[in-house]
Amino acid sequence: MSVHVSPIREPLVTGHKTYHQITEDLVSPTEKMPNLSWVIGFIISLTLLTFGLFCIFWTIWVGIGTWDLNRTIGWGWDITNFVWWIGIGHAGTLISAILLLFRQKWRTGVNRAAEAMTIFAVICAAIFPGIHVGRAWVVFYFFPYPNTRGPIWPNFNSPLLWDVFAISTYFTVSLLFWYTGLVPDFATVRDRAKGLRNKIYNTLSFGWKGSAKHWQRWESLSLVLAGLATPLVLSVHTIVSFDFATSVIPGWHTTIFPPYFVAGAIFSGFAMVLTLMLVTRKVLNLEDYITIEHIESMNKVILLTGTIVGIAYLTELFIAWYSQYPYEQFAFFNRAVGPYWWSYFGMMFCNVITPQLFWKKSWRRNITLTFFLSILINIGMWFERFVIIATTLARDYLPSSWSYYSPTWVEIGIFVGTIGIFFTLYLLFTRVAPVVAIAEIKAILKSSGDQYVGKNATHHDEH
Amino acid sequence: MSKENKIIYGIYGDEEVLLSAVKEARERHYDIQDVYSPFPVHGLDPLLGLAESRLHIAGFVFGAIGTLTAFLGMTWIFTKDWPIIFGGKPYWSVPAFIPITFELTVLFASIGMVVSFYVVSGLGPGVKSKLLDRRLTDDKFCISFENSENSDYEEFFRSTGAEEVGVA
Repeated sequence: MSVHVSPIREPLVTGHKTYHQITEDLVSPTEKMPNLSWVIGFIISLTLLTFGLFCIFWTIWVGIGTWDLNRTIGWGWDITNFVWWIGIGHAGTLISAILLLFRQKWRTGVNRAAEAMTIFAVICAAIFPGIHVGRAWVVFYFFPYPNTRGPIWPNFNSPLLWDVFAISTYFTVSLLFWYTGLVPDFATVRDRAKGLRNKIYNTLSFGWKGSAKHWQRWESLSLVLAGLATPLVLSVHTIVSFDFATSVIPGWHTTIFPPYFVAGAIFSGFAMVLTLMLVTRKVLNLEDYITIEHIESMNKVILLTGTIVGIAYLTELFIAWYSQYPYEQFAFFNRAVGPYWWSYFGMMFCNVITPQLFWKKSWRRNITLTFFLSILINIGMWFERFVIIATTLARDYLPSSWSYYSPTWVEIGIFVGTIGIFFTLYLLFTRVAPVVAIAEIKAILKSSGDQYVGKNATHHDEH
Repeated sequence: MSKENKIIYGIYGDEEVLLSAVKEARERHYDIQDVYSPFPVHGLDPLLGLAESRLHIAGFVFGAIGTLTAFLGMTWIFTKDWPIIFGGKPYWSVPAFIPITFELTVLFASIGMVVSFYVVSGLGPGVKSKLLDRRLTDDKFCISFENSENSDYEEFFRSTGAEEVGVA
C-alpha cells in the first residue's frame, strides 16, 4: 500500500515482520503452556482475590460498621478506591476511541490490552458502590424498574444516580467495543487450532470469515463506537466529579472538578497502562510491537495530563485564597498541614513533580525509569482521591464533630482484593486472547513497519 | 451440490496484488462473489463498488430512541407517576435529566449498532463459518467467483498473480 509516510516518522513495528510472523508472535502466547512467572503471578493474584472476597463477605455478614466509618466521615477507602479504579479505566477508552478519531497509529500496539484493562478496572470499581450501601442484597434498588413499593423510583436529580447510569453505560459500551475488535482476532486463533479449541474459538469469533463487506461494516462500527465512546468517557468522570461538586462541602463544591477529574483519570490510566505493558512486552516478548516509540508517546500523554492536574491543584489553592471564603480557605489549609498532611504531600510529590521528569527525551525513553514513575503516579493518584474524600470529611463545619479516620483490615483487604481481581482477570486475558490487536497491526504494517519506514527500511516505494 | 453453485477462488499473497486483481476483474465485468482478507484492505470498497455501510444510520435511530426513552421516562415518572419535590426544585427539572438522557442515548446507540452489525452480517455465537482456506485469517487474500465452469477464471487468476487456485 503506497501510503505516504513522513521519512522522519519512527517505525511502530520492528523486526521486519511479515503478516504470518505477526500472527505467529501474537497468537503463540495463547497456545503454549504458561511460563513460571505467569503461574507465580496468577497464584499471588488469586490469593489476593480470595482474601478480598472474604473481606467483602465479612462486610456483608458483620455489617458496614466493620469499616470504622463514622460521623462525619461517611466515605473512606471505599469511594477512594472506586474513583481510583474508574480513573484507571479511562486510559483504555482514550487509547481505543480518542486516538482512533485522531488517527494515531501507535494506538494499535496497546489498544487491546488497554481496553481489557478498562473493563477489569470498571469491574473493580463497581464493587465499591455495590457494597458501601450497606445492604448489598438490595443493591438493585439503584435501577428504576416498576415495583410494588409505590412504585418508588430512584431520584433522577441525584448525581449518585447519574453515576449508576454512567458506570453501567461505560462498562457495556467498553465491553462491546473491545469484543467487536476481538472477533477477527479470535478467528485467526481459531484457524490455527484443532479439535475442541477450534470449536471454542469458532463460538468466540462468531463465525468471522473476513469478507470485504464485513470488514467495511466492522470499520464503520468501530469508528462510530469510538465517536460515541469519546464523549462517554469524558462524561463518566465528569459525573463522578459531580458526586462531590454538587455537594455543599468546602473543598468539593468547585466548578473545576470535571476537567480536573478527567485529566487526572487519563493521567492515572496511562500510568497503569505503562505498568502493565512494560511487564507484558517483556514476559510475552512483544518488544517488536510495543516499542520505545509507544512508551515515549504514552509518557508524553502522562506529561500533558500530569501538568494539567498540577495546574488544577494550584488553581484550587489560588481560588481558595482569592475567594476570601474562610471555610474554603480552611479546607485547603487543612489538606496541606492538617492531620492528613502526609497524603497531601504524597499527592503533590507523585502527581506534580514526578511527571515533570518526562520533559527530557532520554528519560521518556528509559524503561526502568518509566516503570518506576508509573507506579509512583498510581500511588499519587490514589492519594489524591484520599485527600479529597477523607481529609475533607474529617474536618467539616462543626469542630465538635471533627475526628480522624483510619481504615480497618477489612477495608484494606477489599482494596488489596480488587488488585487481585484486576490482575487475575488480566493474566487470564493474556492466556485466551491476543494482547495486541493482530488485524490492526497487519493493517498498519506497510505504513509503519521498519522494513518500510525509518532508518533500516529495505522496501522503497517506487510509486 | 450442483456445479452451478460451486465457487472458484484464487489466493493472493499480498494486498497490493489483490487490489490490482480486483481492478482487473471489474474491468473484465466479472461478478465477484466475495473478497476475503485477514485485515481491512484500504481502497478495496470503491473497487468492489460496495455501497457505504448504513450502520451509522441505525446508530442514530437507536440513539434517538434512547434519548426519548430516558427523557420522556423521567418526565412521566416525576410529573405524572410519582411527583416528589427534591430540594425545592420543580418537578420537571430538565437540567438534572441531561446526564441520564445522554448516557442512555449512548447506551442504546451502541447496543443497537453492535446487534445490527452481527445480525446483518449473519455473525453470532454458534455460526459455523465455511472458510475457503484457513490461511485467510493469517496472511493470505482471496477473490472468489460463483460457477467454476467458466474457464476464463483460471486464466484470470494465473495472469493476475494468484498463488493458488481452488474450487469449493
